[in-house]
Formats: sequence, structure tokens, C-alpha cells
Amino acid sequence: MRMPAGAFAERGADLELVGIQKRFPGFTAIENLDLTIPAGSFFALLGPSGCGKTTTLRLVAGLEEPTAGRILIGGADVTGQKPHQRPVNTVFQSYALFPHMSIIENVAFGLRRRRIPDPSGKAHEALRLVELDHLAQRKPQQLSGGQQQRVALARAIVNRPALLLLDEPLGALDLKLRRQMQLELKSIQEEVGLTFLHVTHDQEEAMTMADTVAVMNKGRIEQLGAPEQLYELPKTAFVANFLGQSNLFTGQVAGTTSEAISVDINGQPIIVALPRAHRHTGDVTIGVRPEKVSLHLDKPVTDAARNLVGPGRVIDVSFSGVSTQYLVAVPGVGTMVVFAQNMAFGPVAQEGTEVWLSWNIEHGFGLEDDPADVNAEAPKFPADTDTRSIAAQKRDALISELEEG
Amino acid sequence: MSGEAQAGAVVGGLVETEQRPTPPRPRRTRVTLGSWLLPLYVILAFIFLLIPIIYTFVFSFNDSIKSNIAWRGFTLDKWLNVCAVQNGAVCEAFGNSMLIGVVATVIATTLGTMIAIALVRYRFKARSAISLLLFLPMATPEVVLGAGLAAQFLAVGVPKDMITIIIAHTMFCISFVVVTVKARVASLDPALEEAGRDLYGAPQQVFWRITFPLLLPGVLAAALLSFALSFDDFIITNFNSGSVMTFPKYVYVSASRGIPAEANVVASAVFILALVIVVAAQVSSAARAKRLARR
Amino acid sequence: MAFAAFATQAAPVEAAPRRRSRMALFLLLPGILYLVLFFLTPLISLLLTSLQAPREFGDIGQYDYAFNWQNYVTVIDDYLPHILRSFGYALAATVFALLFSYPLAYFIGVKARRWPLLQSLMLVLVIAPFFISFLLRTLAWKQILSDESVVITSLKALSLLAPDAHFTGTPVAVIFGLTYNFIPFMTLPLYSALERLDTRYLEAGSDLYAGPFTVFRKVTVPLSMPGIVAGTLLTFIPAAGDYINASRDFLGGPDTQMMGNVIEANFLVLLNYPAAAALSIILMAVILIMVSIYVKRSGTEDLL
Repeated sequence: MRMPAGAFAERGADLELVGIQKRFPGFTAIENLDLTIPAGSFFALLGPSGCGKTTTLRLVAGLEEPTAGRILIGGADVTGQKPHQRPVNTVFQSYALFPHMSIIENVAFGLRRRRIPDPSGKAHEALRLVELDHLAQRKPQQLSGGQQQRVALARAIVNRPALLLLDEPLGALDLKLRRQMQLELKSIQEEVGLTFLHVTHDQEEAMTMADTVAVMNKGRIEQLGAPEQLYELPKTAFVANFLGQSNLFTGQVAGTTSEAISVDINGQPIIVALPRAHRHTGDVTIGVRPEKVSLHLDKPVTDAARNLVGPGRVIDVSFSGVSTQYLVAVPGVGTMVVFAQNMAFGPVAQEGTEVWLSWNIEHGFGLEDDPADVNAEAPKFPADTDTRSIAAQKRDALISELEEG
Repeated sequence: MSGEAQAGAVVGGLVETEQRPTPPRPRRTRVTLGSWLLPLYVILAFIFLLIPIIYTFVFSFNDSIKSNIAWRGFTLDKWLNVCAVQNGAVCEAFGNSMLIGVVATVIATTLGTMIAIALVRYRFKARSAISLLLFLPMATPEVVLGAGLAAQFLAVGVPKDMITIIIAHTMFCISFVVVTVKARVASLDPALEEAGRDLYGAPQQVFWRITFPLLLPGVLAAALLSFALSFDDFIITNFNSGSVMTFPKYVYVSASRGIPAEANVVASAVFILALVIVVAAQVSSAARAKRLARR
Repeated sequence: MAFAAFATQAAPVEAAPRRRSRMALFLLLPGILYLVLFFLTPLISLLLTSLQAPREFGDIGQYDYAFNWQNYVTVIDDYLPHILRSFGYALAATVFALLFSYPLAYFIGVKARRWPLLQSLMLVLVIAPFFISFLLRTLAWKQILSDESVVITSLKALSLLAPDAHFTGTPVAVIFGLTYNFIPFMTLPLYSALERLDTRYLEAGSDLYAGPFTVFRKVTVPLSMPGIVAGTLLTFIPAAGDYINASRDFLGGPDTQMMGNVIEANFLVLLNYPAAAALSIILMAVILIMVSIYVKRSGTEDLL
């Protein structure tokens, strides 16, 4: 599919990546990637820096050439086309607004190159869409970061590309503005009906905006699905830890029923509902989200529908407004993270308090990963960059070292 | 930075390669016309730039008698007995050029560095007038600078000698020193000096122990640039030298009756020395950058 | 850029105003005084000299202060061809140096970014001609391209050059010499502008349907404009005032004399100081006018 001169693409188009591989001298950025993005969807590629997501985007834009594989837009092979021949526009991370041109000249740039009639009228229209038409004569340097971001967006969508690529476009904005822009971007996408491919490392951004999220790691897609599905039922330890936090345990499946599996974690049985477990035999990794775990000051009555561990000892309490995060050392199980909503004033447990933890067996999940891989890779994926959890891991490591000694 | 100021920085090997985020890799797989045309052009361009240098170097080995135009055979004599020709005229001119270069450099670097510090660190009213005064000598053709100063010396009745040459050279070097050093001062984080004061440094101590060492690369680059400008200057010197011979003037004066190969020897030796200094500085600074990056 | 150097001011640090202003004075005074004494006063003295009249019954070289503005009429009458030649040659050399240097600077500043060592070694090569005497490298060209040289005789043998053609002594040779000698002045500012060129703008251009040539014309060239302006000025100004290349002993001939040559001859040989001074003032005035128009036109006033 080649962008015809003088006319717009009819509508958003499908994007298909077939067996894409990208090698740079010294390393492989993308290892055999297959991906289909349906027309009109808002698709997010989520992953840490260096996972290959930006390379994927640049391959689609034509700014890099794949070592192997094909790229199809709307069914047509564009692999050999140069960036300016592809019906694709990018909102760059740095915005890349031409500093020597006014805002209106920036927005009309693509239209003029393709000889679309009435470029400046269309450019003004696009600026009105992002509510910046009154600044049309300014230079990019005279605009705030949020305004520049909107101009970059207008400069891309004014061309009605079959596919719009967003390269971490909100990364440079502060938190409040970012939230606001996320909503605006979403509503613009619905309004213009284009296919959006959004690359980000911000899991919250991906989940708020996208219909479908693909979590990428080391040049591969770990898991792809709707945001809720990814969060509730992560397939791999990487996804479990990259999208929010998780408590993960490794053990052997001790028993299986038609509804659940029971996993033996150092003698402590933990039940996971069968449909929520990807592996049903042998060594498995299972987990539960911290906000799904309840904290009890007294040993609760045993309930067949809930897993119960403890007693453990609270080793750290941090208050964050809406909730309180507890780190609880449970002998045999390890350190668990618990988020408790602040229903009362202040934390309900102090450091050193003896507590029990429980969660609904319907809330746990079992990973597809081989636990051997999970353990091998575990140190590379800290649950979060949060200093407290890093501190907790360090402490764990120290404790195990002391025990061994 | 001006071309010359930058040249000075390159001469000094003191241009630190800017730390920038790794640029996106250009596409390389497709071999197009453009992908080899530009490198080929660059190679040819460098060959073109180097032709007269190579010529000068080669002819320093010419077994010439008087004029050094036709190739008469290879000899090392001219290198071994540089000072023998014309009662050592070449060496005398070279010595004068060195002396003038060193003195003018020391004065110009001192005065220029002081101005550069003042321009960046202080706010004062006459700033734009001073900036203009510093800019004008660089925008004035050398022949005007030379004639102006000569007219002045004539009006006041000062005889032209070594001193007038040094005065002239210092004058045109100051602006270039200011430009070079100023870039360095501007890139200096004022917090470093504040930290020095915070740690009980008296103003003098702060200057000599913190500011000056940090400025030193810029000052050295400026000094090398000054020296290079002074050493190679002919036009301004020609107007203000009277009977004193400098190396460029010697070349100019002997051009009509043939330049002895000894002049090529001096020029080639200076060239090689400068090249060695600069390349060594560049390589060592690249190695330093690499070491830092690895850490 | 030389021309930007005095415009970009880091915010001065404010503190104890009085004592600091005395410090500023101490730092500025010696250098500024020096420039006033040996740059500004000579210019005034040049202006006064240009208006001098010959002393009655005086010797050659003896003049008195006067308001003899006819000096200007006389020199323009006598030397109009030289004046026009100076600016024509300098303009041609500037254009050729720009055409020669842009691809070179682009390669060093943009393409070679991944190899910093190669980049700095190429910069060393660019300034290498500075390390060898200006006069000797010009003479080298004279000899390489003389009528008896291999280059010219073989060009004639191949009938690429008329049998009676000369290279040295022609305007072509002078422009060639000026171009060669001032290439580093063009390449370095171009390099420093292109080195800062953010290649993401080029990517944005091609993402917005601009082909390679359009990206170059619409994005690369405008963004490197400060370098182009600084480079052309740094080449044009010294080229217009040069008299080595045009000198008969170097690449020039009797019909290629420039303003520098006649200023030198009048001042140092004919001892006609007023004529030399008037020509100098004309040279400087024309350059200042041309430079200010050029800078205004190219939209880079903030360079000055």
C-alpha cells in the first residue's frame, strides 16, 4: 500500500508483522516477531527500555529495515518502502517539531509534501481538534511541553495515516498532564477512527488507553490481550511483575481436582482455581496480586474458598494515602507484599506484629513459565523499582545467605 | 565557537566529544548510491586538502641548488643543515617567529581569559559595546588591521621592530582567546565555585584551586590557537615589521627569487610536530572517554 | 560561531554588586584598554590618514592632516576594477568553499557520529592545512599547477586544455587559491552546526512524506543555517582582504590584483598612505554593510 499523492487513506488499516527479526551489530533487538493489529484498534506495546518495542515501531515507520520478515499494512507489503512512501505517521517521543517552522507550517508539512489541496485549511482544522489553533503562528520553542505534544499529534493525524505510531509521546509530561493527555488521545482516536500503535513503558498508560496490550520483553511478545486479562491472569513471571506487583511462589503440584490444583510450597498447600492455572503438573509458579490479599491480626477461621498462610511477621509498613503496603515475612513462604485499603485511620498493624494472610482461591493465578526459568530470571525483574521492595529483596537475600552460612 | 576558536580546540585536543544519547542507528542493509558516494567524496576531499602539504614535505628532500621548483634528487642535507643556507636566514626568521608567537600568546591569553571570565560572570552596563569591540577585530580584514596599526605607528612616530609586531599579534589574538575561553567558562557549573566557598574556600583559593583548573583546557586551547595564528600571520606582520624577518615574511620575500628547500624543512617540521601533538591529544582524550564510558 | 559567541550569554551570577563590579573592572580593563589603544585608535587614525593631503613641497610619503575627501574619489577612479574584483573573487571563493565543505562537514558531523575517534581525526585533517605555512601551501599549488607541471601538461596532451592556456596568473587560479586556503574556515562552523543537528528531525521529515532531497532542502539546510552564515562570513571577510593568492609571486598575475594588493603597494611601496587608508576604509565599510544585510536576510540576526 503506497500513500497516493493528493488523497487521504480511506480509513485505518490492519498492520501485520510476519516473522520479523532485527539484528544490530552485536545484538538482536527482535527475535522472530509475529503480530497482527486489527484496523481501528488502539494497540499498546508495553515493555521496559531495551525490550525491542521502539525498534518495532521504527520498523513499522520504515526508519529501520528488518533483517528478516515482512511488514504489511492493509494487506499490502511495505517492507521495501522508504518512510516517506508509507501511509504511516509517527508522534515522536521528542515530538521532533521542526524548530525553524511555525506551528502551522509544521502541521501542514506532510500535506504539502503530498500535494493535498488546501493544506493550511486542513492544518488549522487539525489544530482546532487539539485546541491550539490560536497558537498557529508561534514557533515550537514558545509552547509548553503539553502543547508541543498536541501539535505533534495534530501534525501526524492531519495526514489521516492508515496507521498512527505513538512513541512514548507522553513520557516527557508531568503526571497530571499525562493523565489528561491520555484521555484526550483516547477520545481523538475514537473520533478519527484511525489505527493507533502506541509504544510505552508506563503500564498504567497502556492499560488506560489501549484496547489491546502486548507486553514485550527481550525482543519477544510475552503476552497479548485486553488490559484486564493481562492484569488478572498473567502468563509469565515477567508480565506478573511488570504489570503491577505480584507475590509469586514456586512449588510442586500436589493434587488436582476438576476445579483446582493444590501446590505444595515448602509444606504449605496453596490452591489455585484450575481455569486460572496455565500448568497443571510438576513444578509450577503461582501468584496473587498484593491487593487481593487480606491481612488478619488473629488467625481466621479456615475457609475452603480461601488460601491461608501464616503466622508471619510484619517487617515493613509504608503508608501511601489510599492504601498501606505491608511487607510480611512468612516462614517457609517468603516475604509477601500486601496492599490494604485505608478504611480506618492509619495502619492496622505495626512492624513486628504477628499476622495471617488470606486470599480467595479464585484470585490466584498459575503461570505458564517453567519455574526453573522464573528462578533463573527472577533477579533481572525486580517486582518494582520501588525502593522498598528492592530493600525487601536485599533483606531476603541477606537472610538466606546468613542461613546458608 | 568560531572556526578558528574551534580549530584551536582541536589543536589542543581539548574538544571533549559531547555526551549525547546514542543516536538512532542509520539504515545500513540497503547498499545505495548514496551510501558509498559520500564516503568516496570525503576521501577525495581529504586528498585534495593534503596535496600541497605533501608537496611541501616531499620538496623538503629535494637536492635543489637555489630555487626549489624542479625535482633534482633526494637528499637529507636540507634537514641536517637547516641553518646553513644564506647565513642562517631561515633559522633566524623561524626564531623570530617563535619568540613573537610565545610573547604575543602569553599576553593575549592572559588579557583574553580575564575578559572572558568577566563577560560570563559579571553583569555590567557597557556589555554590548564591549562585545562589539571584541567582535570587530574578527570581522575586519587583516589588511585593514595591519594598515590601521601601521598608520597609527606612523602618526605617533614609533619605529617598526619586534615590539610593534608583538603588539599587532597580541591585538588580533585577544578576540579569539575570548571566544575560546568564554565557551569554557559558560559551560562551567557555578555550583562548583559555590561548593568551594561553602567548604570554607576564600575567593582567591576558590579561583586558583577550582575555577582555574577547570578553565585550564579552554585556556590551553586558546593559547595554542593564538600561537598558531601568530606564527602563521603574514599580512599584519608585513605592515608592522620594518626590517625584522619572520618566517612567513621570509617566504614572501624570497618567493620571487625561489625559496630554498630549507624553508620546506622548517614548515614540514612544524607541521609534523603540530600533527603529533594534536593526534596524541585526540587519541588520549578518546581513550579517556572510553575508559570513563566503561566504568 | 564567532558571530554567536558574544550573543549567547550565560546568566551572570548575581552577588554583592559593588565589590563585584570592581572585580569586573579589574578583569576587563587591561584587555579592553589594549583593544582601544591598538585596534580602535588605529581605525580612527586610518580614517584620518585617508583624508590627508600631500604636504606642500614635501617629499614622497609626507602628508598633513586635512579633510581631503577627494582621496576617496581618486582611489575609486583608479582602483574600481580592483574593488570589484576583490568582492567578486571573494564571493566566488565563498560559494565554492561552501559547495566543497557542506558534504564534508555533513559526513564528519552526522554520518561519523558513531565513531568519535574517526570524527576527531577527520577534524584534524580538515585543519591540517593550518599547520603548514599559508604562504608555502599557496606556493605549492603554484608549482603543482604551473604551465610546466605534470598536471597542466597532461591536461593539454589530453586536449582538455587549450595548448596556449595558462592556469597560474588567471582569475581562476586566484579563486582556486582563495577557496583552498579558506576551506577550513567554512568546514569547521558547518561541522559544528551539523554536529548538533538532531537526526530525529530528519526522521520526522521522512515520516511526513518528504523524500531525501526534500528533507535536505526543507530540514537539514535551514537547521544548519547558523553554520552556513558563520562559515560564509569567516570565508568571505578574509578572502576579500587577501593579497597573497592574487599576488604575482603566488597564484595571481597582472590582471588579478585585488584591493589587498593595492593597499599593500600604496602603503609599503608607493608610500601613498592616504590612498591605502581610503581603500582600507572602503573595504571595511563595504564588508560591514554586506555582512549586516546578509545576516538580516538570512534571518540569523541573533548571531551578531
